[in-house]
Amino acid sequence: MNARVRTWMLGIWSTAAILYLFIPIFIVVLFSFNDNRGRFNFTWNGFTLRHWAHPFRDPDLVTALRNSIEIGLLSTAVAVTLGTFLAMALVRYRFRGRGAIDLFVFLPMATPEVVMGAALLALFLVFNVSTGFVTILIAHVMFCLSYVVVTVRARLEGMDPHIEEAARDLGAGEMTTFWKVTLPMIAPGVAAAGVLAFALSVDDYVITSFNAGQTQTFPLFIFGATRQGVPAEVNVLATMLLIAVLLLMGLNVLLQRRLSRRDASGGGAEAVEEEPRPMVVTPAPSAAG
Amino acid sequence: MAVSEPTAPDAVASAAASEADVRLDGVTKRFGEMLAVDDLTLSIQRGHFYALLGPSGCGKTTTLRMIGGFEDPTGGRVYLGGEDVTDRPSHRRDVNTVFQSYALFPHLSVERNVAFGLERRKIGRAEVRRRVGEMLELVQLGPLAKRKPAQLSGGQQQRVALARALVNRPRALLLDEPLGALDLRLRRQLQIELKRIQQEVGITFVHVTHDQEEAMTMADTIVVMNRGRVEQAGTAEQLYELPRTAFVASFLGQSNLIDARVGAADGARTPVETHDGARLQVPSDRVGALAGEQASVGVRPEKMSLLTPEGIAPDGANVLRGRVVVASFLGVSVQYLVTTAGGEELTVIAQNEAGCAPDAFAVGREVQLCWDPRHTFVVARGADE
Ligand SMILES: Nc1ncnc2c1ncn2[C@@H]1O[C@H](COP(=O)(O)OP(=O)(O)OP(=O)(O)O)[C@@H](O)[C@H]1O
Ligand SMILES: [Mg+2]
Repeated sequence: MNARVRTWMLGIWSTAAILYLFIPIFIVVLFSFNDNRGRFNFTWNGFTLRHWAHPFRDPDLVTALRNSIEIGLLSTAVAVTLGTFLAMALVRYRFRGRGAIDLFVFLPMATPEVVMGAALLALFLVFNVSTGFVTILIAHVMFCLSYVVVTVRARLEGMDPHIEEAARDLGAGEMTTFWKVTLPMIAPGVAAAGVLAFALSVDDYVITSFNAGQTQTFPLFIFGATRQGVPAEVNVLATMLLIAVLLLMGLNVLLQRRLSRRDASGGGAEAVEEEPRPMVVTPAPSAAG
Repeated sequence: MAVSEPTAPDAVASAAASEADVRLDGVTKRFGEMLAVDDLTLSIQRGHFYALLGPSGCGKTTTLRMIGGFEDPTGGRVYLGGEDVTDRPSHRRDVNTVFQSYALFPHLSVERNVAFGLERRKIGRAEVRRRVGEMLELVQLGPLAKRKPAQLSGGQQQRVALARALVNRPRALLLDEPLGALDLRLRRQLQIELKRIQQEVGITFVHVTHDQEEAMTMADTIVVMNRGRVEQAGTAEQLYELPRTAFVASFLGQSNLIDARVGAADGARTPVETHDGARLQVPSDRVGALAGEQASVGVRPEKMSLLTPEGIAPDGANVLRGRVVVASFLGVSVQYLVTTAGGEELTVIAQNEAGCAPDAFAVGREVQLCWDPRHTFVVARGADE
């Protein structure tokens, strides 16, 4: 009896939690099909597909979207490369200033975005850098880096350092050891870091808005659009973004599964429980809605 | 990198006498204040099976890692085949290591693991495949070639690690407690297998262990280490019958040690007076620099026999008097603990011939302990036992 009550309560509780999480997203998706009147899209007027017919009608929107994707890919590439090497240095080597770097790497994650955005803008002004595509890119690399380091580092720390020594022992130099042994072994972490970095970059609004200059990114565009009314295209695009992110997440989970099946253990007898956890990244598709 | 072809064991034996394959010359390693290896000099002959034996923390792993190039010595030089390799990184040293944790590459199959070393050199694919196949046969893993390390048992992983190192035909193979993680039965089995493989390929093995039985089973030469230093190196018989330090005497098997003063040599025998006045004889050639010094005389428990107080000891035997404190029936043997007049507790192991612990040597009985002076050894009085 008691157990049954508990099961029921648990069910109700979880349902409530899931509803709480998904209702806003559901509303966003639903209202992309709303046959709205006028400039606002707040009351349900009936079903239509007309907003989905030409979501890319606006050339500014296309530019903004392209910028976002370009910045996302570039900052991901740079942050993942830098972050992976940084993580390796922090885990594998003892050097002067290691403690300080260790601390500073975490700082961007703890700093409020507004503060970081403003600080970066101030920096660019001091150095007389005009804000635009490049400054956005620099800002994005900066905040993605921390997440990459944290993710890759966790993976590296779970790895038996003797495995790399074994590679050297068998005649592999530093580079060969990295490409043939270290990288394949930390690949799940690097992939997760990449997905995370891209998701963070694509949906960043606050920091970008400080450093964008005249350059529009997708979140900036949507935010601008909502101020002149809320066109239903915003919902359409938000839904698309949501789908894109969901696809990426799905891809990530699949990749992690395959990799963890590939090396179900770390190799050594005692490393068996060190199975890579599928790293599910859930960025909030929050730019619009 | 020079690739030495495996040589037949008998050819090795003839070349062995002169040639040192691995040589450490006054090697010291400090980790901060901690002195891990202290001025260690060691010469390892080609084709031999060496065991580095010692208690935990005595510097065995550190020594091996300096030979392999994973640790830079604080002082001293490391030579491989006469060449000074102290400053050469591990990937350019002609030795291979079997790690305690095996350190197999989890993302590669068994055969790719084994092929890893060969692929780093300019060796044709067909040749690589052939040698990997041969090596997997040697360690009896042929059917498992396509598996991933995670799909293997501990003993199988250990053999992959061995094959991965051996396939490169290194000058020497370094093994750091490769059997430590296995259960006793598998361990015994792999000890024999390792020895067989070593004899088959004729490569120098340097095997780290803290299991004395393992060392004695496998090694041609045992190097006993303590506190970063070599205590004694030699064959199992030499170490057991003629330990040169108190540490070796008690680390390798059991020993009875009695404080004594060594007298002046008298022909083949040297008299020794124990601290309670008993007189014993020691072969003079075993006294060395200890003549006239305070030292410890020792004898192994199975070399002693018990006599009743009235019994007549054989001519020239060493005799001590004492009282039986414990008599334990162990099946194969009977083990006695005897307190001597001087207060030492000595262990005596007697063959179980009677089928029971004899009444004459029951607890509380007065007895005589006697043994042949040939089995007596003298060591410096040891502070570290
Ligand atoms: N990287 C290191 N930093 C500091 N001290 C170390 C390091 N490696 C080893 N030591 C110390 O050096 C000493 C020798 O260590 P080593 O690993 O060589 O011992 P060992 O003989 O292999 O012992 P075991 O049988 O337990 O493996 C130990 O006291 C150990 O604490
Ligand atoms: Mg060790």
